[in-house]
Amino acid sequence: MTSPQDFAEPLLRVEHLSMRFGGLVAINDVSFSAQDCAITAIIGPNGAGKTTLFNCLTGFYTPSVGRLTVSHSGHRWLLERMEAHRIAGTARVARTFQNIRLFGGMSVLENLIVAQHTKLMRASGFTLAGLLGLPVYRQAERAAVERARYWLDRVGLVEMADRQAGTLPYGAQRRLEIARAMCSEPRLLCLDEPAAGLNPRESADLSVLLTFIRDHHRIGVLLIEHDMSVVMAISDHLVVLDYGRKISDGPPAVVRHDPAVIRAYLGEDESESEDDANGEDRNRREGQGSC
Amino acid sequence: MAGLVALLLTLPLVGLRTVEVQSRLTIEPHLAEVAMTAFLVFLGRLGLTVAASGLPGPVLLAALATLGAGWFLPFPTEALRVLALAGAAVVAIRTLWALYRRQDPRSQQERDRSLDLWGARLQDATRLIGPVAVALALALPFLPFTDRAVLDLGILLLTYIMLGWGLNIVVGLAGLLDLGYVAFYAVGAYSYALLAQTFGFSFWLCLPLAGLLASLAGLTLGFPVLRLRGDYFAIVTLGFGEIVRIILLNWGDLTGGPNGIAGIPRPSFFGIADFTATPASGQVAFHQMFGLQYSPLHRIIFLYYLILALALLVNLFTMRIRRLPLGRAWEALREDDIACTALGINRTTIKLAAFAIAAMFGGIAGSFFATRQGFISPESFSFIESAIILAIVVLGGMGSQIGVVIATLLVIGLPEVFRDLAQYRMLSFGAGMVLIMLWRPRGLLSHREPTILLHPRKSATQQHAEAVGAP
Repeated sequence: MTSPQDFAEPLLRVEHLSMRFGGLVAINDVSFSAQDCAITAIIGPNGAGKTTLFNCLTGFYTPSVGRLTVSHSGHRWLLERMEAHRIAGTARVARTFQNIRLFGGMSVLENLIVAQHTKLMRASGFTLAGLLGLPVYRQAERAAVERARYWLDRVGLVEMADRQAGTLPYGAQRRLEIARAMCSEPRLLCLDEPAAGLNPRESADLSVLLTFIRDHHRIGVLLIEHDMSVVMAISDHLVVLDYGRKISDGPPAVVRHDPAVIRAYLGEDESESEDDANGEDRNRREGQGSC
Repeated sequence: MAGLVALLLTLPLVGLRTVEVQSRLTIEPHLAEVAMTAFLVFLGRLGLTVAASGLPGPVLLAALATLGAGWFLPFPTEALRVLALAGAAVVAIRTLWALYRRQDPRSQQERDRSLDLWGARLQDATRLIGPVAVALALALPFLPFTDRAVLDLGILLLTYIMLGWGLNIVVGLAGLLDLGYVAFYAVGAYSYALLAQTFGFSFWLCLPLAGLLASLAGLTLGFPVLRLRGDYFAIVTLGFGEIVRIILLNWGDLTGGPNGIAGIPRPSFFGIADFTATPASGQVAFHQMFGLQYSPLHRIIFLYYLILALALLVNLFTMRIRRLPLGRAWEALREDDIACTALGINRTTIKLAAFAIAAMFGGIAGSFFATRQGFISPESFSFIESAIILAIVVLGGMGSQIGVVIATLLVIGLPEVFRDLAQYRMLSFGAGMVLIMLWRPRGLLSHREPTILLHPRKSATQQHAEAVGAP
C-alpha cells in the first residue's frame, strides 16, 4: 500500500486553491502543505480568507480552482471532490467553528457520543442490532463512553458531563468543541480561532492541550488564530494570508521577521513593539519538544 | 385608539350583513351594532389601562358587574353578548392577575423558573405516571362507568396520541417542521381500504403493507424536499399534504373521489374469528370462541386494545431509538446541522430515515382509522388534521413523549368533553392555545432528559436546581 513516495507526502497538500464568490476573490492561488504530527498555524488580518480556506477544506464550499489532498494510512483523498460528511467520516478531517457550534440542548456527554456516530452506527447494525439490544452495540457504546470520558478528563469537564452543553461557561464550550472534534478520531484537526474570547490562563491551557494532542495523538493540527501568544508558542509552521494571497510561509522564527508579514499584518510602524512583545514567546517555544 | 381600530375592523365584519331579499343578495348595514362593539372594546381597553396604572380593584368590580349584566340584560344580538362576556372575563382575569402579581414580589423570570420546576417535577413523576397511565388504559374497558362513548373517545384519543408520537420523531427529535403529516395518514388509510377491497387482503396483512407504502411515500417526498431548510421545508410539506388530498379527491376511478370508500372490512380477531353476530358457515365468531354473549361492544374493545398496542409500540420504538446513534443524530441535527456534517453525519440519510419511519407510523395509524370508521373520504385528511397533530406535539413540548399524551388530552379530549358548549368550544380551544403559548412557550414539558449519563442519574428536579444555580 505504501510506496516510498508516500513517506514524503505531507498530511495535507493545498495546491493552487482559489475561491471566488461572484466577482469577489476570497482566496487567490494559495498553495501550502501541512505535516503530520505538527501544528500549522494560518494567520492573517481579518478578511484574509482563513475561514474560507477551512470551509473549502471541510467541504462546506467547493473550491473554484485547486486541489486539496489529504494522505494518511497509505490512502489519499481529494477533498475538493468529496461531500462534507465524507471528508469528516472517511478522510478524517475534523473541525471546530469560529462561533461555537455545539448541540446546545443535549448533554455534554451526548455531544461527544454523537461525534462517534459513524462508528456507532456501524456497530448498531444501522439501528437494527441496536433496536434489538444486541451485545455488539452495547460494547461499542461502552467504548464510546470511555473515549468520551478520556477527552472530558483531558479538557477538565468530567464533572459537567451530564449538564446541558448550552449552559456551560464560554471557555468550557470551546474546550468541549475541541474534545468533540477529537472524539471523531481525526487525522487532521482544523481549529478555527480556538482561543477567541478566552482569558490568558485559558489560552495557556489551550496551548498545553494542543501540544498534547500533537505529541500524544500524533495527528496534524491546522490552526487559525489571532492570539499571537498561542500561535508563536506552539506552532511548528506558519502560513500568512492577506487579501486571499499567501504572503509568507515558514517556521515562526522566520515568518516573524519577514518584511512582507510585518508590513501587511503587524503594521509597519508598530513592528518594533510587536516584536518585543513576541520575544519571550520565542523563548517559550524553543523549550518545547516537537514530534 | 383601540375603539378606533375596533371600529375599522368591525365595520365590514359586523356592520355589513348580506341578506337575501327576493333571491338577491343585498348588503344591510348594522351601524348601531358597530357602534356598540366599538364602545365595548373601548371600555375593555380602558379597563386594562386603568388596571395597569394601579387601580385593579375597582376595575375588577366593574368587569364582574359587566359579566353579570351580560348574563341577565338583554342584548340586541347574541354576538354582542358574547363579546361583552368574553371581554369582561378577560379584563377580570387580567385584573386578578395584576392583584396577584402585586402581592407576589417575584420577577417574571423567577415565575418562569418556578413553572419550569413544576414541569421538571412532573417529568420526574412520569416514571410513576407512565406505568399507572398504561395500567389505567388497559383497565378502562372493564371499569364500571365505561360505555360505548367513553371507549370511542378513548380510541380517538389513542389515535391522536399515536399520530402525535409518530410526528414527534420528525418534529420533536429531528427538528423538521412537517405540516403535511396527515398525507401519510391518508396514504395508510387508502392503502388499507383499497388493498382490502380489491385483493381481499386481511387487516393483519394490510397493516404492515400500509406502513410500508406510507414510508415509501415519505421517501418519495423526502428525496427532493430534504435539501430545503426551515420555513421552505415546512411549506413544501404543507403542499404535499394538500397534493395527496387533492389526488384522492380527483382520482375518482381509484379512490371514489369525494364519495370516499365505504364498506371497508372490519378487522378480525387476529384472523381467527370475526366480530359478527351470525358468522358464515364453517367459521367461528369471537363470542362463540370464548363462550360469551354476543355484544357489539366486543369489537370496540378489541379496536381499543389494538390502537393502545400500536401507540405503545410507537412509544417503545421512540424511547429506544433515542438511545441509539440514529436517534442521537436526529437530535443533533435539530440542534445544529452544520456541526453534524462536520462530524461525518450524512444529513440526507438521517433525515430520510426520520421521515420514512414517522410516515410508516402515520400510515399504520391511517389503516387503523380506515378499519375503525369503515368509511374514508378525503375530508378526513384536510390540513386542519395536520395542524392539530402538530399542535399536540408543539404544545406537549417538542420531543416529550408524556407531553404528547397530556396535550392530546387537552386538545382532543377537552373539546369532546365540552361538546355541550357548541360553537364556543373552538373559541375556548383557541384561548387555551394562546394561554399555553404565553405561559409555556416551549411546550408544557420542555425539560429534556439526557439519553446517557456519565454519573449516576439525578432527578429532573435536581438538574433543574443545578441549572438555576449555575451562572
